Amino acid sequence: MMKISLTVDGDKVSDDVEPRMLLVHYLREKLGKTGTVVGCDTSNCGACTVHLNGQSVKSCNVLAVQADGGEVTTIEGLAQNGELHPVQAAFHECHALQCGYCTPGMIMQTVDLLNTNPNPTEQEIREGIEGNLCRCTGYHNIVRAVQTAAGQETNA
Amino acid sequence: MTVVEDKPATEIGRDRRRKEDQRLITGRTRWTDNITLQGMLHMAMVRSPYAHAKITSIDTSAAKAALNVVDVLTGADLGESQGVLINAWAITPDQLTPTHLPMPIDRVAFAGEIVAVVIARSAAEARDAAELVDVDYEELPAALELKDAAADRVLAHPDLGSNKSALWVFDSAEAGSGGDVDEAIATARADGIVIEREYRQQRLIPAFMEPRSVVVDPTGEQNTMWSATQVPHIVRYALAATTGVPESKIRVIAPDVGGGFGGKLQVTPEEWLTWAIARRLGRPVKYTETRSESLICAHHGRDQWQKLTLAATKDGTVTGLKVDLLADLGAYVSLVGGGVPVLGAFMFNGIYKFGSYRFSCQTVLTNKAWTDAYRGAGRPEATFGIERMMDELAAELGVDPLEVREKNWITHEEFPFATVAGLEYDSGNYEAATAKAKKNFGYDDLRAEQRRRRESGDPVQLGIGVSTFTEMCGLAPSRVLGSLNYGAGGWEHASVRMLATGKVEIVTGATASGQGHETAFSQIVADRLGVPFEDVEVLHGDTQIAAKGMDTYGSRSLVVGGEALVKALDKVIEKARPVAAHLMEANVDDIEFSAGRFGVRGTDQGLAIQEIAGAVFAAHNLPDGMEPSLDSDATYDPIAFNFPHGTHLCAVEVDTETGQISMRKYTCVDDIGTVVNPMIVEGQVHGGLAQGIAQALFEEAVYDDAGTLVSASFVDYLVPTAADLISFDVDHTTTPSLTNTLGTKGVGEAGTIASTPAVVNAVVDALRPFGVHDVTMPCTPERVWRALQGGQGDDLTTGAAAAHFHPADTADRSEGAGR
Repeated sequence: MMKISLTVDGDKVSDDVEPRMLLVHYLREKLGKTGTVVGCDTSNCGACTVHLNGQSVKSCNVLAVQADGGEVTTIEGLAQNGELHPVQAAFHECHALQCGYCTPGMIMQTVDLLNTNPNPTEQEIREGIEGNLCRCTGYHNIVRAVQTAAGQETNA
Repeated sequence: MTVVEDKPATEIGRDRRRKEDQRLITGRTRWTDNITLQGMLHMAMVRSPYAHAKITSIDTSAAKAALNVVDVLTGADLGESQGVLINAWAITPDQLTPTHLPMPIDRVAFAGEIVAVVIARSAAEARDAAELVDVDYEELPAALELKDAAADRVLAHPDLGSNKSALWVFDSAEAGSGGDVDEAIATARADGIVIEREYRQQRLIPAFMEPRSVVVDPTGEQNTMWSATQVPHIVRYALAATTGVPESKIRVIAPDVGGGFGGKLQVTPEEWLTWAIARRLGRPVKYTETRSESLICAHHGRDQWQKLTLAATKDGTVTGLKVDLLADLGAYVSLVGGGVPVLGAFMFNGIYKFGSYRFSCQTVLTNKAWTDAYRGAGRPEATFGIERMMDELAAELGVDPLEVREKNWITHEEFPFATVAGLEYDSGNYEAATAKAKKNFGYDDLRAEQRRRRESGDPVQLGIGVSTFTEMCGLAPSRVLGSLNYGAGGWEHASVRMLATGKVEIVTGATASGQGHETAFSQIVADRLGVPFEDVEVLHGDTQIAAKGMDTYGSRSLVVGGEALVKALDKVIEKARPVAAHLMEANVDDIEFSAGRFGVRGTDQGLAIQEIAGAVFAAHNLPDGMEPSLDSDATYDPIAFNFPHGTHLCAVEVDTETGQISMRKYTCVDDIGTVVNPMIVEGQVHGGLAQGIAQALFEEAVYDDAGTLVSASFVDYLVPTAADLISFDVDHTTTPSLTNTLGTKGVGEAGTIASTPAVVNAVVDALRPFGVHDVTMPCTPERVWRALQGGQGDDLTTGAAAAHFHPADTADRSEGAGR
């Protein structure tokens, strides 16, 4: 067991964890942060994407001990004071989700993408989210949502 | 007095943003794997590495001794207490159906079948201990390749004596729906055109994003199962029917479900074992599969060989079609898998009016994962067959593919139309959809560009693909299902409760897995009752709340479930009418209902339906004998299928030096009758297109020669990424269905059904000048390149070699977030 201390969605937390415990399992099982989900076992699908120290990571690809001392934001910490984050609002507005299972990871990845590239082209958007699989939307409306969140004009 | 806000005259046709989204975009969703109960145990499975083997011994002692392990159980330990998995569709009375225990006792029939279960305090401890279970196998020869299996060279189940499960035949001459196809072919051979082709429908994996998960709580009077399933009602029925526990003691809940596409239309061994073991231990138990387990063991789709013979006159008028299918069922006959290819029988004639038709399907058992419904279920395979053949006919005639279709399709004046496959198409307008699609696509300009590229010898060629399709959905009139030996009905149930405050609660038996039922059904209620959209609550997916239902598959939710809801809403209005008359001291015959208000004809007197609801709740002043309730329910059995259609056009660029294909443009015009929520409908089309395009270009479940699934992760099973696809150009025409009140037709499967042939037709169209007339799916760069070297792009003799790679290096696929 190793002791870790970190900040998750603004709350300071501290726990003893097995060295092998993945960050996603720590979030889900120890903290009850079930907004972040697991979709695969090969880090291909991106459903578990969260922010670690301001950058998106696949939390199935990070050990909980690696997050020690860090700051984690999950989908549950994205809305502030009951106000949706603009990316969340854009996903709703553009119907960029159906079953919603990939959505938390997709939104977290989009927030990071727009932080690093506030005005991406369609191709840059497609490449920026290609580590996150969606089976429902064909990505059409997700791309529009990213454009909308970036303040770009979209045409249907 | 209740104040009723002004609302638009109609909710139907509005782009209402989805009610479901709030919880999904904020991470406050209830997935099955999120459920944690006091004292809950976790299961891990030990699965067979062999496709076919005798289990000679299982040593569980080391696993049982491991830290925090509660028990380790084998098939022999559970015996008959584990129940047996049911097959609901014997397509012929003599169908060979192997007995399917959730955990076999002495022989495994596919790689991935469960041989032992470890139950521990945590999922990680259960998985660790599963590694310690020592199983001895004696490997048996496996039936793997479909054609070999059909020849009974090796038996998937030696005790059955054959791999041939059922032979199902439809002949238009015998059915009286058309002529003799052999005659049509003979005539065409003498003086016409005969085209013969063989197509492979590769094995696909539905690959819903949420892995399957099940939690069983056996404490209390009623046993509760949460499951990531499309079919909680069917799961409850099957549990009751096979384990002897009455339905009233079983509650099945499908909470938020992360996609299905037919892949969660099943009663699974994992559900059965969790149920049996939780009850045996008397404690809550959870099992959540890994992605690799999901790819190996959740059911697969498609997997057919199609042999097609099309007869036509010299001027291109089709006179007949003969279809011979081999369909791979896998190791067991799944819930409805035996009947899936038969659904295609009714659709191989597509939108065309040729006069003779014969369909035969041989279903075959192999030592691979079982197959069942995957988005479209039988209809994508049929549409692919006929739409590829129409392109081959056009090539033979040297005319535009649309010209051949126009020559043969049913014109809009000819509806209703009795088809050669024995169905009646109620409505359709193929001319209108095609004209709109051609215009939106810029068909003539792209054909001109194609000519320029051909003439200039451009190494990157342009291909244009056409797919004009129809499908049958709204599964299905129960009497039709009965005639096909299906084990259940096709009805749906809805109930409506007017609450004291004037709000409305409705319950539907159609369980959602991302389709937006809560929104679309709210729109129907708001429109019919004249109440605000926001005042409607839609409940579903819990057998205790939605006591009756047939769940969701086959694009039936809106056309069957929606119609049941309309009938229940109308009953509420009729119950409220005499109350309104009584309160306004008017004659019932003078009461009119419109936009949420009961008015007295010829006066300005009126009461809102919410006010009636309040009065009924108080029950102070009701007509004599009036039941103080504005609740109702209705069960609707569809009178007929309905037939959405559309025209899909696709342009691809094919690099003739590398075989690389890139999507250039995709345009579709679908006609699904009246649209309740255009935004949701377009979203369904987008997702369907991606899945159909994926069959054409990317996805294939590949087994090696030993029967191991080698595409058992998202590294190898290529669900397309955003970078693989383009934005789609989606539009619609509206020809209302005549078979339901709303005039709607199903849409969930349309995109998938139409897009696969559109894309392959485009690829082949690009390559025709090089003498290529087919590329086996998925049309990978390697297969395209091989086809250009003189083959048909066919490397099917080496199954393992088909482990194709993505245009973009697979390593790129884990980038994006993983820094």
